[in-house]
Amino acid sequence: MSDDELIWRIAGGSGDGIDSTSQNFAKALMRSGLDVFTHRHYPSRIRGGHTYVEIRAAAHEVQSRGDGYNFLLALGDSFARNPQEEAYYGNEEIKPLSENLDELREGGIIVYDEGLLDEEEVADLDLEKRAEENDWHVFPMDLRGLAKEHGREVMRNTAGVGVTAALLDMDLEHIEDLMEDAMSGDVLESNLEILHEAYETTNEEYDFEHDLRAPVGEHDTEQALLSGSNAIAYGAIDAGCRFIAGYPMTPWTDVFTILSQNFPDMGGVSEQVEDEIAAAALAVGASHAGVKAMSGSSGGGFALMSEPLGLAEMTETPLVLLESMRAGPSTGMPTKPEQADLEFVLYTSQGDSQRVVFAPGNIEEAYEQTRLAFEIAWDYQIPAIIIYDQKLSGENTNVDVEFFDREPKPDLGSTLTEAELREAAHDNSGKFKRFNYEEAENGVAPRSLPGQKGGRYLATGNEHSPVGHISEDPDNRTFQMDRRLEKLEAIREELDERDSTQTYFGDEDAEYGIVTWGSSQGAVQEAVARLNEQGHSVKGLSVSDMLPFPKTEVTEFLESVDEAMVVEMNATAQFRGHIQRELGRFGEKLSSLLKYNGNPFEPAEIVEGYEVNLADEDREPTAQVRIEPAAGD
Amino acid sequence: MSAFNAIGEQREIDRDEYTPGVEPQPTWCPGCGDFGVLKALKQALPEVGKTPEEVLTVTGIGCSGKLNSYLDTYGFHTIHGRSLPVARAAKLANPELEVIAAGGDGDGYGIGGNHWIHTARENHDMTYIVFNNEIFGLTKGQTSPTSPKGHKSKTQPSGSAKTPLRPLSMSLNAGASYVARTAAVNPNQAKEIIKEAIEHDGFAHIDFLTQCPTWNKDARQYVPYIDVQESDDYDFDVHDRAEAAEIMRETENVLNEGTVLTGRYYIDEDRPSYQQEKTAVGEMPDEPLAERYFDDDAEWERSYDLLERHT
Repeated sequence: MSDDELIWRIAGGSGDGIDSTSQNFAKALMRSGLDVFTHRHYPSRIRGGHTYVEIRAAAHEVQSRGDGYNFLLALGDSFARNPQEEAYYGNEEIKPLSENLDELREGGIIVYDEGLLDEEEVADLDLEKRAEENDWHVFPMDLRGLAKEHGREVMRNTAGVGVTAALLDMDLEHIEDLMEDAMSGDVLESNLEILHEAYETTNEEYDFEHDLRAPVGEHDTEQALLSGSNAIAYGAIDAGCRFIAGYPMTPWTDVFTILSQNFPDMGGVSEQVEDEIAAAALAVGASHAGVKAMSGSSGGGFALMSEPLGLAEMTETPLVLLESMRAGPSTGMPTKPEQADLEFVLYTSQGDSQRVVFAPGNIEEAYEQTRLAFEIAWDYQIPAIIIYDQKLSGENTNVDVEFFDREPKPDLGSTLTEAELREAAHDNSGKFKRFNYEEAENGVAPRSLPGQKGGRYLATGNEHSPVGHISEDPDNRTFQMDRRLEKLEAIREELDERDSTQTYFGDEDAEYGIVTWGSSQGAVQEAVARLNEQGHSVKGLSVSDMLPFPKTEVTEFLESVDEAMVVEMNATAQFRGHIQRELGRFGEKLSSLLKYNGNPFEPAEIVEGYEVNLADEDREPTAQVRIEPAAGD
Repeated sequence: MSAFNAIGEQREIDRDEYTPGVEPQPTWCPGCGDFGVLKALKQALPEVGKTPEEVLTVTGIGCSGKLNSYLDTYGFHTIHGRSLPVARAAKLANPELEVIAAGGDGDGYGIGGNHWIHTARENHDMTYIVFNNEIFGLTKGQTSPTSPKGHKSKTQPSGSAKTPLRPLSMSLNAGASYVARTAAVNPNQAKEIIKEAIEHDGFAHIDFLTQCPTWNKDARQYVPYIDVQESDDYDFDVHDRAEAAEIMRETENVLNEGTVLTGRYYIDEDRPSYQQEKTAVGEMPDEPLAERYFDDDAEWERSYDLLERHT
């Protein structure tokens, strides 16, 4: 836990404009020279329900949400529907204040809207007593009244931001600029008035006794604030993807939306279709006809894609699919993150899987690995899946603008031109040997596209001969199967020769390791750094290549440590199981730290998990996590 | 310059070009109606001036799915019920392709029913041929969505309690802009209808009665058949939705009583195809998307140019 950071939590009801307000405030903090990282917590409801966005800002790099937070702006839930205490959801209006108190750090600040929250209910919270115990500084403000006076009630967010800026001694310049970008006319005038009024009133009404102030920082280069979904969508654009088909489902919808909004200006095609079976089948059809295409969904929708995925594998149709995980099983918790679809994505669809799976660990990796997925898919004619989750999808962080300054790579990989087709092998009847195992390199037989002269062949999900005819000949079957599987070995070799997509951190000589995958990477990185600062000796590995698995890298890492703890957001230690299955060993070295309550890891929970588990401290973890010992322990 | 020079080639086309040079042994039974569809297609395609390599035939699973094993165009034999979503994406990716989708009654009206409804609703420019033999053939004779009520099979041993699906009425209501029924026993009509369907700009659905001599022995061979356009007993305007609906309903009713009505049921030449609709709202590229990947001068947009909104 560091003192030089602000973790600002804005809490209200779904529909209260929490998202847009927090987005702008995060940007203002970024523009002021800070690194920012956001975490979004929301229910699966359109209106009402307790929701918050947390912005962590510091003058140093931030890779994760923090431990707890230190500034609460509780707007109160203006869409609360069940005012009676005995109603199923309880009294919701007060929740943005009451539900957030447990995680507020000592010395923290609370601002709440006394214009909305009932005085008696606030009194019931024992706020005064708790504030005294925790050294909290409480600022009741009539945000609603202020907003109403100068504009409309919905502008109480702006009043809240004004109060925040005053208490943190922030300059209003960046906030004003962002408002001017987003609004105009009377709306802008009213909001600016409210912002200033709130700022000045706060300064006039209160003597500040709190220590917390906005950190001061500076960036050497221009920064952009992006989410994981932005990064995936932009990776696809730069890979030359111009076709997406999908069906709405949280959290995958974010990428689908971004590309649907951008494609019309880029000559691309987006199709919202009847179901996810169709969505994946459309992507297969578009790719078959020569366009770089993608589709995706979240758990339940992705389940419907299993069969088209298998078709793409068998017909060797290049394809990129996204699986944006949320807490399962079944409908689970639609707006909560979890990493529990790994085994499903690795093995779904009948027969031997022949796919590539990447799990990016942060926003830059999300961009890089999406590009890589397209490149591998089109070079090797194989489906590539990006598996990520609600956390990475929705979290925003600042990235160097120059990171994106690179050349697009739209080429179609191992696809022939008509001139090349004239030189290619054909059978006696003149039919193109599309699945020619005799001349394949790395298992890849170059493909033709419908409409090309001299490229005619049949693509089929049945086992097939070199020209594509259905064939159950045992020799042909064995040749074709071996050829297709050879691609995975070749891909592994290629990936091993390139810059590793795995991330290493911590003390190189450490005897203890923490292994993780996907979006838990940032919290683990921070935890490892803290453990080393505290005098432990720990190193970390975050794996992105799920298939083909980076056997050499993971083996070397695990051989170098005495014990390792695998950190992941699921209840059944799926990644630990995957490591053991792929490597066939290390069962005695690997323990697990698991979290599956719907909230992502905080670094402190991993630090504690390490202390309890690997440093053998004799106590139970206080966080809602589970420790699974290594085999034999 | 196009990267797809088989498209729009102007030359004489021999129907034998559609027969694979090294022909796989057809797996259809002797007397199967599926041969009728294959033959009608081989006749129709040269007559509308389509070369084998500008046609993409997309099929589902079942006896009908083998069509593109014996029709030597570009082919995609997909999975059960999913020919339409694959086919319509190929058409969006390269609208210059002539796309024909095909499947059976189980494939198209059962497992793939959702795709059929939506492809018709959207009016994608393609031909969809459903081999309707009122039975599941390849899995050996189970009751299908178009089997008559009371049809006995190993999976419905006491006779089906379900009323058969109405393919023509469904298609009309879903939005198909060309709906016809023909039969394998009527090769000339079949050829003419396929030609019209290919030339129609929009979703053209042909319910193609294909007798199954192996698993549906008790069923009619769809003879004698009556062409509703040629018979004096059926006077209706094929462009009139209400009249079409009425005659479709009657056609579906009497089939199970032994009267086989065929012909064109509904033609709407005014309804824009999906590609046209999508172009009108500005969401389709002017040039075929597939061409762009071969155009060395193409300028590819970059995400770097979108970053302003994030700074």
